Amino acid sequence: MRRDRIIFETVRTTLTILIALLIGYVILLFATDKANEAFKWFLLGPLSTKRRIVELLNRTTPLIFTGLAVSVVFQAEIFNIGAEGQLFFGAVAATFAALYFPHIKFLQIILVMLFAMAAGGAWAAVPAYMKAKWNASELVSSLMMNYVAFFFGLYLVNYHMRDVNAGALVSYRFPRTAWLPRMLRRYNLHPGILIAIGFALLVWFFLYRTKYGYELRMVGKNKEFARFSGIKVENVVIYSQIISGMIAGLAGAIELMGLYKRFVWQMTPGYGFDGIIVALLARNNPLMVIPAALFISYLRTGSYVMGRMTGIAPEIVVMLQAIMILLITAEAFLAFWKRRMIEKSAMSREE
Amino acid sequence: MKAVQMINIVKVYPNGIVANNGVNFEVEVGEIHSLVGENGAGKTTLMKILFGIEQPTQGEIRIFEKPVHISSPHDAIKLGIGMVHQHFMLVPSLTVAENIVLGMEPTKAWGTTIDMDRAVEMVNEVAEKYGLPVPAKEVVLDLPVGIKQRIEILKALIRGAKILILDEPTAVLTPQETEELFVALKNLAKKGMTIIFISHKLNEVKEISDRITVLRDGKTMGTYRVEDVTEEEISRLMVGRDVELVIDRPPAKPGRVVLQVKDLSYYREDGVRVLKGVSFSLRSGEILGVAGVEGNGQRELVEILTGLRFGATGSIVLNGEEVLGLTAYDLRRKKVAHIPEDRIEKGAAVKASIAENLISDRYYKRPFSGRLVLFPKKVIEFAKKAIKMFSIKTDSPLTEVGMLSGGNMQKVVVAREFTSGADLLVADQPTRGIDVGSTEFVRKKIIEVRDSGVAVLLVSADLQEILQLSDRIIVMYKGEIVGYFDKNEGLTEEDLGYYMLGVKRHDPDRVKEAALL
Amino acid sequence: MNEVIKSILSAQFFYSVLRVTTPVLFAALGALLSDVAGVINIALEGLMLMSAFWGVMVSAWTGSAWIGLLAGVASAVLLSLALAYFHLNLKTDLILAGIALNMFASGSTVFLLYLFSGDKGSSSSVKSYVLPNVDIPGIKNIPILGDILSGHHVLTYIAFLSVFVVQYLIYKTPLGLRMRAVGENPNAAQSVGISVKRIKYTSLVLSGLMAGLGGAFLSMGYVSWFARDMTNGRGFIGLAAQALGGKSAYGSMWGALLFGAAEATSYTLQAIRIPSEFTNMLPFIFTIIALIIYARAKIMQIKKIREKQTSHEEVGL
Repeated sequence: MRRDRIIFETVRTTLTILIALLIGYVILLFATDKANEAFKWFLLGPLSTKRRIVELLNRTTPLIFTGLAVSVVFQAEIFNIGAEGQLFFGAVAATFAALYFPHIKFLQIILVMLFAMAAGGAWAAVPAYMKAKWNASELVSSLMMNYVAFFFGLYLVNYHMRDVNAGALVSYRFPRTAWLPRMLRRYNLHPGILIAIGFALLVWFFLYRTKYGYELRMVGKNKEFARFSGIKVENVVIYSQIISGMIAGLAGAIELMGLYKRFVWQMTPGYGFDGIIVALLARNNPLMVIPAALFISYLRTGSYVMGRMTGIAPEIVVMLQAIMILLITAEAFLAFWKRRMIEKSAMSREE
Repeated sequence: MKAVQMINIVKVYPNGIVANNGVNFEVEVGEIHSLVGENGAGKTTLMKILFGIEQPTQGEIRIFEKPVHISSPHDAIKLGIGMVHQHFMLVPSLTVAENIVLGMEPTKAWGTTIDMDRAVEMVNEVAEKYGLPVPAKEVVLDLPVGIKQRIEILKALIRGAKILILDEPTAVLTPQETEELFVALKNLAKKGMTIIFISHKLNEVKEISDRITVLRDGKTMGTYRVEDVTEEEISRLMVGRDVELVIDRPPAKPGRVVLQVKDLSYYREDGVRVLKGVSFSLRSGEILGVAGVEGNGQRELVEILTGLRFGATGSIVLNGEEVLGLTAYDLRRKKVAHIPEDRIEKGAAVKASIAENLISDRYYKRPFSGRLVLFPKKVIEFAKKAIKMFSIKTDSPLTEVGMLSGGNMQKVVVAREFTSGADLLVADQPTRGIDVGSTEFVRKKIIEVRDSGVAVLLVSADLQEILQLSDRIIVMYKGEIVGYFDKNEGLTEEDLGYYMLGVKRHDPDRVKEAALL
Repeated sequence: MNEVIKSILSAQFFYSVLRVTTPVLFAALGALLSDVAGVINIALEGLMLMSAFWGVMVSAWTGSAWIGLLAGVASAVLLSLALAYFHLNLKTDLILAGIALNMFASGSTVFLLYLFSGDKGSSSSVKSYVLPNVDIPGIKNIPILGDILSGHHVLTYIAFLSVFVVQYLIYKTPLGLRMRAVGENPNAAQSVGISVKRIKYTSLVLSGLMAGLGGAFLSMGYVSWFARDMTNGRGFIGLAAQALGGKSAYGSMWGALLFGAAEATSYTLQAIRIPSEFTNMLPFIFTIIALIIYARAKIMQIKKIREKQTSHEEVGL
């Protein structure tokens, strides 16, 4: 029974991806007369040069983090979709810490990360408390918090940390003590991906091997059951969102310290929403988040390579991600096949 | 002429449970035909198929001897089928008339506006025609159960039903209300209505039906004229063995007072008072039965006692300590166990494994965990033991609870609550909707737990269960204790029925005895 | 500070409240129409964006603002149907489907914008048309009131008229009764032969219609071009406004006006050189505070009922 289901889910996920890619190809056919070339860049681009492979790996890092952040709240059946804002605000906090905390080698990196985690956690705590104390929908409030994070963050960076000598709206450059080291001499591959993988293991252990993880999962499976069993549901609602926010906030810090060395965003980078598709592909399993994030990063990188090589807008990949979310969460998609499988095995048990 | 023919019906649910496995069922026009079988035999599923709510996996249906395909209740209604469900299907915030005409609203102003006056008229017309009066303009929310059932019947009649299905209509009624319903049903049959009556109360079945069809394990065991079979024969066909459910209950040896409830009152969120000065005591080693028609405050009482509902006044003393207002988290730690009314909603997490379900009240303690970390091996070990002890049918402790049958799911709940080492066990409808085998098992376990020194509060709408298990009985009506019996020898279901309906009540001094031991 | 107070008390301020309320009001009515039938339409944001985009594009191609409006609304309704299909037929989780459609709308509009105009930020290079403003003859000449109420965009009037239409639809018509029944107890609706699915489809289409009008207003009235992600959370704010207003169209309207006032205030603050990043976040903070106050009030209300009843008891009633 359990094996049947794993096979079923795998087939469904694969088919979903294939359908999405097919739709992508069809869109390209309409959009350009070089569809084949564009599609080739899209599919193979990320592996075409060493630089692009590095780009692929670096882009995987924030997606693992946001995928984990979303997985944690989704496991608790909480629709806090504020990872976007938590990451953004975490990045703003990291900028502050990188510029104004004492410039001590190694120690500052840790402090920046902790400060960003605190900021992300605090940001997530607002909808969490509202939900736990007053039963206000975390869905709407976390969405609102995304916008507040964006505007407030921009205000802080543009008016208080802006490097007026830089050509663009960016913050001052971080001191070297707040740079993540390079792992390769010629390419900027930063160790964020290792930290991310470490976090995936940590989150897995937390969810499946600790008391608090058990509480969190039971609240997600049936909140009334959890309350009835003597689990403090309100606490779980709060700490699951704070943990999620901390992970998202950390993603912001690592992205800046590893890649840009300063605050560079004037638009939200979208990793928070990408985290949703990562979590869904991974079925909220922290270990599966790693390949899922790599996959989404691959699509993203492919779309950018395609954009650079052929001039097609890489936003096409956002459409494909949306289609994948729809198909993966569609319970009835391929359900006829699943039903037949269940009916067959049930009837054979009856014999 | 045959009104209904269902031929070789097979139904497999998405979770793999085979509810109907080759059922054959025939009903003649104008008869009252009972469909009997124990819980889980597939009666309700068969009727849901007939009413178009579920689709059969295989099989053929004929209505008035014409083959039909019923893909929705809409189709069923067009074919002249009406159904009164076990759980009422009413919209609480709408009026009686709005509920009845819903979907066939009379209109004015070129169909844009509902003609409410005409709707009320229509309802009163049918109500009068069939002798089932209802307050057409009132909001449904707080109407009594008997009236709600009448509304359900009228909903079918106003749509021109010629075949009326009633799914366990007496489960929520007192014996006296049941009599009234039977008079109405016989009347309808006389006017040519075909009635399918689902029940597992055999005395009722004998009283009302012309013919009986027995289901067991999703298969037809046969159809009989009512005068050709005895209750014993029917019950043997239903369960497949001779035993009538007899539970051996040795006299209780009550010990110290575990629970003392004093003057408990409670107002619901909408301002309606659902508990009024409830007082009783409960000693270790005894079972106190709480009888009453559903919706007379029992649910609120249970939820307050188990820390799931707040805002009551009065006092609850557990093991000498005031506990009113404490949460389930606190009460669990003060040794309160609870078998909830609804196992799917509260009692279990159907998407979690059996093992995960079994430790939900003790996961934080040794041997299941240390300060932070969970010990999966110990959890599985315990789960395997519990599965054996409570004979839960499964191949692995990692099976999702949702894949189990109702009876086995309830055994998981019971296994957890009975092994929790509690002083007080609140058992709310502990055998609702499960098969006879599991029922017998659970009831025997309740006696066992009592004899090990636990104080048991048994809340049940099943009077047979109350009489079988309880050492003392209180009866609730409109949030009050209106009857108290300090032993149940010689007590009958009818006796309790009068108190449940509020027809009889004990004087306050006698009711007080429930608290003064 | 004086400056601010003066400008808030001016007729122009109230005029602009009505103007900025318009898209939020459409979104709130859209939220209401689906909520009544028990569907949370979180895709409103994307529906509006879709309509804003196609309204501009089609009006540019056809040279007619009205055909543009039609196309915009049609695109929103179509996307709403997609939400209905995924949720009701393929059993996709409603909220995730909504999020996905928001992503889809955001991604596809940018993709197509670039394809059609070569610009990823806005459609300013495309010559599109706007819907007209309308003067109301009698009211126009009344001092102050005329300045506030007259001369608005045609869709602003339609938005406020829709409040009454929606209220009537929900509480007086057969469809409204069925929608309420489906929302409150779908089993009850099903038991009398109403197709729950069809009712939910209908309410989502109506919801899409409202969102479509709101989106078209943004790009063909509020401004005269399409910009990437130009809805800027208005669909979500509409959801919040409806949550505050309960199951009544009038409630939704008051909720929307509240946010309209917040947004208009934030523009006024910008005029006295408070940074726009700062003022832009005000409507969102305001929403959060309103949600908290509303949720608290609901809890207090329950408490009060109970206290009142208990005190009656003690007096001996």
